[in-house]
Amino acid sequence: MNPVELVEREQLRTDLQSFNVGDTVKVHVRIVEGEKERIQPFEGVVIRKKGGGIRSTFTVRKVSYGIGVERIFPMHSPRIDRIDVISRGKVRRAKLFYLRNLKGKAARIKGQKKQAVA
Amino acid sequence: MNRTLGIIGRKLGMTQVFLEDGSAVPVTIVEAGPCRVIQKKTKEKDGYEAIQLGFLPKNSQRVNKPLSGHFKKAGTGPYSYTREFRVEGVEKFELGQEITVNLFKAGDVVDVTGLSKGRGFTGVIKRHGFHGSPGSHGTHEYFRHGGSVGSATYPHHVFKGLKMPGHHGNQRVTIQNIKVFDVKEDQNLILLRGGIPGSRNGLILIRGATKKSKRANPSA
Repeated sequence: MNPVELVEREQLRTDLQSFNVGDTVKVHVRIVEGEKERIQPFEGVVIRKKGGGIRSTFTVRKVSYGIGVERIFPMHSPRIDRIDVISRGKVRRAKLFYLRNLKGKAARIKGQKKQAVA
Repeated sequence: MNRTLGIIGRKLGMTQVFLEDGSAVPVTIVEAGPCRVIQKKTKEKDGYEAIQLGFLPKNSQRVNKPLSGHFKKAGTGPYSYTREFRVEGVEKFELGQEITVNLFKAGDVVDVTGLSKGRGFTGVIKRHGFHGSPGSHGTHEYFRHGGSVGSATYPHHVFKGLKMPGHHGNQRVTIQNIKVFDVKEDQNLILLRGGIPGSRNGLILIRGATKKSKRANPSA
């Protein structure tokens, strides 16, 4: 294996639950406020997964008080405490940017169930 | 001039490393050493003091007779690349001595020399960072030009050294004060913060920093 991959491999996170585009996830992010550290969850639909290896990122979209909020997380960032998959979604594309133009009932994704997936 | 012993290396590529606080640091991975001392240049014999190092062993069938004699003196096998480092006190080194990445440690500040990527005949925007002309407001066929090259009757010639289009890159470049991010002794790897000159697999020289900048090394 080439040495660049070897250096990257040491840093890859294998402890996170795997998920796909269309899934609803809850990302628990570690936040440092002054001295204290706390965990802030961010729940929404995964609309994009991008890049490979250590550089890969994913985007989570949610609608907060009527305003769409998207947050991009580095997949292997040590700031991510854990990722819970709330529900699996069935989608036909790799990038769900069309959700930005939809709201309410239209912005639902097929195959989603309320209860958590193990 | 830089009088510290350095090491010869090969640029392998770039990646990023996460710090504990989540910030990503760009790093260049360099395969450095193991190098062997091939020759010691002395004041008496050569007029200056230097250490010649060899890097990347080579098949002995591929070496011509004069060169194989040169390597034989050092008692090492032949090497693909040999480079000199000006050093004070050549006596401290022995022929055939191995120089490895443990010359440096994480947090050190180094100068990196390499051959920059060749860019061929290049215009002034890429070569000298000119800004070019406005994209609209009447500009006609004059977007990436360098403008006037001087006055007419007086001085009646173009000044020497004026920035013009020409060959760019493929030149020996030294970047000073690069921080060593990490050293992996078992794999002969050295991780440098940020970019370094040259293409992948390009030969580079790593030396201790000539100017130790306050920014890169606050303790010094």
